Amino acid sequence: MEAKTGSMNIVVCVKYVPDATAEQKFESDNTVDRVAVPGLLSELDEYAVEQSLQLKEKNADPESVTVTALTVGPEQAADAIRKALQMGADKGVHVVDDAVAGSDAPATSKVLAAAIEKISGNEGGVDVVVCGMASTDGAMSVVPAMLAERLDLPQVTLGSVVESQGNEFRIKRDGDTATEIIGATAPLVLSVTDQSGEARYPSFKGIMAAKKKPLESLALADLGVDAGEVGLTAAWTAVEATQARPPRTAGEIVTDEDGSGATALVGFLASKKFI
Amino acid sequence: MSEILVLVDHVDGAVRKPTYELLTIAKRLGEPAAVFIGATDKADAAADAVKKYGAEKVYVVDDTEIKGYLVAPKAEVLQQIAAQASPGAILISSNAEGKEIAGRLAIKLESGLITDAVDVQAEGGAPVTTQSVFAGNYTVQAKVTKGTPIITVKPNAAAPEESAGAGAVEKFSATISDAAKKAQIVASQPRESSGRPELTEAAIVVSGGRGTGGNFEPVEAFADSLGAAVGASRAAVDSGWKPHAFQVGQTGKTVSPQLYVAAGISGAIQHRAGMQTSKTIVAINKDEEAPIFELVDFGVVGDLHTVLPTATAEVTKRKG
Repeated sequence: MEAKTGSMNIVVCVKYVPDATAEQKFESDNTVDRVAVPGLLSELDEYAVEQSLQLKEKNADPESVTVTALTVGPEQAADAIRKALQMGADKGVHVVDDAVAGSDAPATSKVLAAAIEKISGNEGGVDVVVCGMASTDGAMSVVPAMLAERLDLPQVTLGSVVESQGNEFRIKRDGDTATEIIGATAPLVLSVTDQSGEARYPSFKGIMAAKKKPLESLALADLGVDAGEVGLTAAWTAVEATQARPPRTAGEIVTDEDGSGATALVGFLASKKFI
Repeated sequence: MSEILVLVDHVDGAVRKPTYELLTIAKRLGEPAAVFIGATDKADAAADAVKKYGAEKVYVVDDTEIKGYLVAPKAEVLQQIAAQASPGAILISSNAEGKEIAGRLAIKLESGLITDAVDVQAEGGAPVTTQSVFAGNYTVQAKVTKGTPIITVKPNAAAPEESAGAGAVEKFSATISDAAKKAQIVASQPRESSGRPELTEAAIVVSGGRGTGGNFEPVEAFADSLGAAVGASRAAVDSGWKPHAFQVGQTGKTVSPQLYVAAGISGAIQHRAGMQTSKTIVAINKDEEAPIFELVDFGVVGDLHTVLPTATAEVTKRKG
């Protein structure tokens, strides 16, 4: 994939997820119930939208930068794009196709990659593909790496700080054992963490403007993806069983009065052999 | 019996504990074969370490051409070893880098990937994984149905079992593509060791939240009296009281210790997602209505700033 010359094209991948504060559950075929449970734009993808908008705003010529919000999901998933448009994205692309339901991460990355190639073809290139650090439902955190692999782009992932100058990008990546600075040249895949900066709320003006922004729906056939390659039956993994976690049995609660709480606490820990 | 590849998780050649857990799991599935990507002069020590936990073979890959780049070269190494060894499964530590390596490898090998396993068992020779999902509210059993099973495994998924393996060293020279060298590690600052156990590996974790008011001293002192790791809620991290590496929760670390102590933490879903599967849960909070008390085995309604110092003194006295 080529970078666009003279301007910048940003595609931000967003996911419509079940609201984590509502009760999440499985369907009878062990897929995530994405219909009955109310959904919304994944909170972690808001950070990706925010960084995309900041890249646009920091550009010497913001008008030359286009931010496209891309999602794959059922009809209601358009809500996730609408939220991104309200925040300030310029346009939306929604891949909606019954065959997609139940897709695993490899299939999802395949559809996303095909959609990004399509956007790139239509608009003369894509410079930066931006993702959140994980979804708040599946939470595998592998789609950005898979996208980089499929698109053959450098992956500059899990950034807590993002800096760019022209086509040169640098991020700060806080790893388990070290903090690293990662650098690469666009086109690239960027993912950002929830440490990258508070995501903005849509303004009233933003909400009104979003209604006029283009939102294109695409089917798998438009992307040249064979329906047989995606969805639950084509998944490379299978869920055999799911169990709701049994509720924890109510524990003992004491109220501290003049040090009694500490004594009771230490007594409990000793009874469980932690001391 | 086919080889089960285990990517060795190490810092400058020092093998990290989750590697031994992976080797223990590998033994259930086949013949453990460790893959060490690192400095050649550290390879012998690493091979000695992993063979104590059952590694029959140790692939040694010199990292001179690899270490300056993020993730992609390591996925190419594993792809090339897999092409030669036709392994029964590939096991990788479930940390940020491990999951990204696994993701790229899954696409390269057109193989199914399961992340964040908390248990892996062999069923008819094939791995069946257990995962904890939806903020720990569900457990899921799954298996890979295509290609070579690639599984990332969380710390503490198995108790490491010592078992002498042959540890036969095989030097493997991988070919790294130019495409894999496009994301450069420009600088790297090792994290300073606190002297406390690793958060995700610790048997006991003591975490502080908003209720600390920014003073973590009582939390840290209590943790030290128990030999525990220190954690923090998102509220404490967002307030700048602790770095993000301490965060327990959905966007931080997921921990599953024997004992989890939450001090001054209300227990929002964000936090519960990271600690709900702990074996024993204890909370100290001023607010008796705090949702954390729904999870606890033992709770104290009280001020952590008075409860913890008294408890610390008592623990220290009992330990003599």
